[in-house]
Amino acid sequence: MTKEQLITKLKPLIEPYVQDEEAFKNLSEDTDFVKDLKVNSANLVDIILDIEDEFDIRLENEDMEQMLDVKSAMEIIAVKLGI
Amino acid sequence: MKASDIIALLPYQRPFLFVDDIGMITEDAIEGHYTFRRDEYFYQGHFKNNPVTPGVILTECMAQIGLVCLGIYLMKDELKKDLSTQIALTSHQMDFYLPVFPGQKVTVYSEKEVFRFNKLKCKVKMLTEDGDLVARGIISGMLKA
Repeated sequence: MTKEQLITKLKPLIEPYVQDEEAFKNLSEDTDFVKDLKVNSANLVDIILDIEDEFDIRLENEDMEQMLDVKSAMEIIAVKLGI
Repeated sequence: MKASDIIALLPYQRPFLFVDDIGMITEDAIEGHYTFRRDEYFYQGHFKNNPVTPGVILTECMAQIGLVCLGIYLMKDELKKDLSTQIALTSHQMDFYLPVFPGQKVTVYSEKEVFRFNKLKCKVKMLTEDGDLVARGIISGMLKA
């Protein structure tokens, strides 16, 4: 899976929980879930659970703590998928 | 952990404590009760000369029993002694079926759907003493020891 494919799969998982639509339109690897998209803490958990289902992976507390932006989310998913 | 220990750990007090006792509690579900006192403060205004328990208070009662009491039980090993539990309601979707009047006793049942990364999501329902459905819905919150 390429980076572009990964981000394309991630976007629809994030979209339902976004508060700042403008920031979502300009989503890049540097986009921060909380600071930029204004996702609340409970919805950040929802995103993590949806990522688990979509990619069929299991995320742990330490993964969650690092998943603050799109880039770190992509890196963690890639590691879990072994790509 | 006993029911009385859980209630003692709740961060609420009168007039905003809506838990009298807990009948059953496991890692997956809880059942608790509350009797709405005839002199609850909100009956003075909801409604004028026609006291009915507000839906937000029913939801609060369901959240205190179904989410917070269950959450304290689930986090019993991590809870600090200084009671500095951080809790926040993050979402709820609720349907109401029957009114609850002053003096009425209700039972709240809650089933855990998800408890991960400090988020607890439960399917919660409230019944009258006769077993009729008052309200049901989904409530989520964040809990941190």
